[in-house]
Amino acid sequence: MSNENKDQFRPENHENDHFLLTTVVGSYPKPKWLNRAKELYQDPDHSFDDDDYQEALDDASRLITNEHERAGLDVVVDGEMRRNEMVEFFAHRIEGYEFNGPVKVWGHNYFDKPSVVSEVKYDESWLVDEYEFVAEASDRPVKVPITGPYTLANWSFNEAYDDDDELTLALADLVNEEIEKLVDAGARYIQIDEPALATTPDDHAIVGEALEHIVADIPEEVRIGLHVCYGDYSRIYPEILEFPVDEFDLELANGDYDQLDVFKDPEFTADLALGVTDVHVGEVESVEQIEENIKKGLEVVPPEQLVVSPDCGVKLLPREVAYGKMANMVEAARNVEAALDAGEIDVERGEPAPADD
Amino acid sequence: MENIKPRHSLAALTMTEYVSTTPGLFPLPDWTKDDLSDLKGHQKGDLVSGDEGEEITAAYDEAREEVIGVQQEAGLDRVSEGQLRWDDMLAHPLAVHDNVDTQGIVRYYDNNNFYRDPVVQGDLDFSGDVAQELEATAELAGDDDLQAVLPGPYSLADLATDEHYGDDEEFLAAVGEFLAGEVDAFPDHETLFLLEPSLVENAPEDGVDERASEAIDQVASATDADVVVQPYWGALEEKVYAHLLDADIDAVGFDFVANQDDNVYNLQEYGATDQLSLGLADGQNTLVEDPEAIRDRVDWVYDKVPVSEFETVYLTTNTETFYLPYAKFEEKLAVLAEAADLAEVKAA
Repeated sequence: MSNENKDQFRPENHENDHFLLTTVVGSYPKPKWLNRAKELYQDPDHSFDDDDYQEALDDASRLITNEHERAGLDVVVDGEMRRNEMVEFFAHRIEGYEFNGPVKVWGHNYFDKPSVVSEVKYDESWLVDEYEFVAEASDRPVKVPITGPYTLANWSFNEAYDDDDELTLALADLVNEEIEKLVDAGARYIQIDEPALATTPDDHAIVGEALEHIVADIPEEVRIGLHVCYGDYSRIYPEILEFPVDEFDLELANGDYDQLDVFKDPEFTADLALGVTDVHVGEVESVEQIEENIKKGLEVVPPEQLVVSPDCGVKLLPREVAYGKMANMVEAARNVEAALDAGEIDVERGEPAPADD
Repeated sequence: MENIKPRHSLAALTMTEYVSTTPGLFPLPDWTKDDLSDLKGHQKGDLVSGDEGEEITAAYDEAREEVIGVQQEAGLDRVSEGQLRWDDMLAHPLAVHDNVDTQGIVRYYDNNNFYRDPVVQGDLDFSGDVAQELEATAELAGDDDLQAVLPGPYSLADLATDEHYGDDEEFLAAVGEFLAGEVDAFPDHETLFLLEPSLVENAPEDGVDERASEAIDQVASATDADVVVQPYWGALEEKVYAHLLDADIDAVGFDFVANQDDNVYNLQEYGATDQLSLGLADGQNTLVEDPEAIRDRVDWVYDKVPVSEFETVYLTTNTETFYLPYAKFEEKLAVLAEAADLAEVKAA
């Protein structure tokens, strides 16, 4: 069995017959000097100017892309070095948004929750420059994570649209426009991030409708993933299988795979990008541990449909821990591939074992 | 339907006092967000414990003074403390209790907000934390009418995890008794708002609804002030509303931002308390309403309900206001104050 869409990312010199694509969700810890550069840039009394800051961002982007290559990832990202936050970054680039100041998320963690004050419109490109830079900096395929329209709508104040669904669909058309531009620039792997779906799982229908807008006229070979994290998956599965995406990127290591059975029945028909390292644990899991986690994925899908990735963005981890997790993850994936080649892995796939009662 | 009275006359309305206020839990002024982030940190263990050090206390004192000033300047008819220390939102009174362990971060209702799960591990005896805040507020409020704010017992129990009482009924009663004890220690206050979003979000089942009202009644009985019970994020189920009317409270709040029809239905079918609290400004959206629009919404409610005269009508945001950026929060307070003035003028 082959999987053409996934296999386009298989490295030419891949060492095993089996191929478990390794990648990341997106964000990565910023080098400390980049934060320092930002402070200098924001200090009006300092001569560190826009050109200097752009150079620092370029350096950081190259550095983290390279760090992903060194870890051995098959598909790389630049760790979202140019992005501050997953809603703010896009809201700054979309006409119709305004910012009124920080609001509380929890404790003293705040975010500049923007307000939609008029019709949202596509203005400047959001990510084409970022993509082109990373593609230039790396020989490997590059994935582009984009915050999805449902999350962009849900995590904003809606002053302009009758309801959030209407805003979501309007934003979906803008995401579609951006993806068209990314595809024109050469991008072949796009990941839509919809963490807000976890907070309001009953809204899966509007997320599905938004995805239809997003993929309209996007060529078949472009790989579209959907990332969802930290929620009760039983409330969105199997409905999400109807979504027009190639891959679901799911956080499962954090809950020690207690939700794995959700995806066994009915059969998981898309590709599964399985979270195999927990981004909320400060220790690097061993290669052996991650191998076990990868095998959990084989209980849900055959190797052809399995992709290996961390649970979520790793930006809150210390950088050396983030790197350790990537490197061990890749080593574990290659080991599992070799074991699959050798016929040494015997995992039963499919329906969950019946409960005790 | 014979009890539906004709549309009120303007003369009758002159009896009504319109009171602009809020359900409390304000956003921190922006400078305090920065200062307190630096002083306290960003992690779970850095949130308020109830025994903060001098510097942190001083920052909160200054912030409290500021938000009291903002309310006075806006011309609100009630001044509340602002509950700026309530890192865990409505779970705060338990989160700082000695016999409660704060554990994992959990979602605050259906919002992108989180609080520490307060796990009750011993008797909920007297704390006095909120009374202290109110003492400080009373000093600053001067001649202005003071409003106390607490979570209602049903919501507080709903937000917490009980590992001590072992029985839902007993736990709810214990939370009611605890809150009554806290209220008993409050300085003089004009109004007490008991916030009860869980009555909507996790509606009590048969039997529990009655006990929830009994617990509310117990808390309300601990004060001579007017007691407003404010549910939000929708309308109460009718049985829950009917039971709530049995409690010895002065007003029930209605979230007319989230739901109009079911709230009107409750008012039409079951009547109302002598006082009424109307959540008419959106506490979770930066769109700032016109004072005239708020006043018109008051008229709209009057048109719908079979009661021609209320002793007092509170005009508030539907929810707490900490969801808003600080500047928008300030604007909303001014709108509420002006709307209450407009309503008075029109009535007279």
